[in-house]
Amino acid sequence: MVNSSVKNNIDMKINNLNFYYGSNHVLKNINLDIEKNAVTAIIGPSGCGKSTLIRTLNRMNDIIPNAVIKGEILHGDINIYDKNIDAVEIRRKIGMVFQKPNPFPKSIYENIAYGLKINGFSRDRNKLMNRIQESLEGAALWDEVKDRLNTSAFDLSGGQQQRLCIARTLAIKPEIILFDEPCSALDPIATSKIEELIQDLKSEYTIVIVTHNMQQAARISDYTAFLMLGELMEFDETEKIFTKPSKQITEDYITGRFG
Amino acid sequence: MKKRRIQEKLAYLTLLGIAILLLFTLGFIFYFIFVNGFSVISWEFLTQIPKKAMTAGGLFPAILGTFFLTTGSILFALPLGVLAAIYLSEYAVQNKLIRIIRIGINNLAGVPSVVFGLFGLVFFVKYLNFGVSILSGSLTLGIMILPTIIRSSEESLLAVPQSFREGSLALGATKWQTIQNVVLPNAISGILTGSILSIGRAAGETAPILFTAATFYTMRLPNSIFSEVQALPYHIYALLSEGTHPEAQVPIAYGTALVLLGLVLGLDLIAIILRNKFRRNKKW
Repeated sequence: MVNSSVKNNIDMKINNLNFYYGSNHVLKNINLDIEKNAVTAIIGPSGCGKSTLIRTLNRMNDIIPNAVIKGEILHGDINIYDKNIDAVEIRRKIGMVFQKPNPFPKSIYENIAYGLKINGFSRDRNKLMNRIQESLEGAALWDEVKDRLNTSAFDLSGGQQQRLCIARTLAIKPEIILFDEPCSALDPIATSKIEELIQDLKSEYTIVIVTHNMQQAARISDYTAFLMLGELMEFDETEKIFTKPSKQITEDYITGRFG
Repeated sequence: MKKRRIQEKLAYLTLLGIAILLLFTLGFIFYFIFVNGFSVISWEFLTQIPKKAMTAGGLFPAILGTFFLTTGSILFALPLGVLAAIYLSEYAVQNKLIRIIRIGINNLAGVPSVVFGLFGLVFFVKYLNFGVSILSGSLTLGIMILPTIIRSSEESLLAVPQSFREGSLALGATKWQTIQNVVLPNAISGILTGSILSIGRAAGETAPILFTAATFYTMRLPNSIFSEVQALPYHIYALLSEGTHPEAQVPIAYGTALVLLGLVLGLDLIAIILRNKFRRNKKW
């Protein structure tokens, strides 16, 4: 489907992935290569399985009862669904930012320190503080919160909360960051800040983003996957998907004929 | 349109009426006990042991006994109940066995308290040979309040937003780390609300301690968890049923009831203060 010679550096490889929720076949034989240090967007109409797909990438679906996953997802040379692989370890390497900002009901400082503490980062105050500042700077939030690190994260605006969640993810230095509709609860200004941030982050991280907003996918992604009813309809460079898609149905979707 | 407005008004007034009626009933009980019992309350009443075949003196041993029994039952039932609730809500896969366990817990909540008393007698007092003691009584009361604690803890755990758990797991936290650091701290106010109800129940019950902990009358204060004790609810029963001088004993019984009420309210107050302290940083 996609000319693999275009991609020189594959970070994740999804092979024949099938996902069942009870008797519901949610993802149907997905094959997808995710390039390192690029932004891959997953688009598609509501209920097409976008969120399910992105959540298989860091084994977040493991916590759903009755879920059955078949196929493999390779990261480096390991299959993250291999029996010997610990899901906890996978989630540490593959971070996730959710649809609704979900900071913990703790202070801004504690929100970031938490991930470091549970992963056994140094308890030295200076080292902690340095990493926290670095993460907040990385999420373009430091200047706004540096004077109130001990206030509750719930006092921040929605956009700031989402950037805090990004900072929290950056702090534990993942290799890949997954964004599951990160702007769906945000206003346009907050959205553009997050989009800018995602652009900046791709030099250091591989990024996968689910979005229901086609313009957003066009603006920020390098590759776009179009998913419909659990099937991958088309996957290519974003520019190609939005200018001359190879399938009629993709064109119909991106031109707004349905969805 | 007019009919609907009248219906609305009627519903409101009915509900208001019921609320006022309940409040009034509660107020009347308080008032009744207060008026009848307040005259015997004094420093001596609270700090001395009963004298002259319970027609004079105080009820210090019973206060102490009820305090130990209640505290003991909470110390036993709260950790056990919370751990059970964590298992049921966070770990257990919803299968047949878990359903049976849940039905068991619900039914346990409906068992008459005297049955717990009998169980305590057979199991703790006789079989484990703890004797009639604070330990046997606390464990019996603990088992009695366990279902309430499990249920209310489970509900508070389920009330913690799933997004908090996901946020923690996505950072590479284990399930237990997530429960410890994110779920429990946010469930604690609800768990304490559940224990408030249990404290009152444990302090006020007579039947479970009848055969397991309480003694009619003792000159000695408890000196270990294997001591038998006097307890306030049982003391009221004793004063009203076994005395030979009702004219002196009935006022003492009212006084005892007032003290029991005060003790339960005091324990509740501590739990409420604790709960509010935890609730203050809850903002979602």
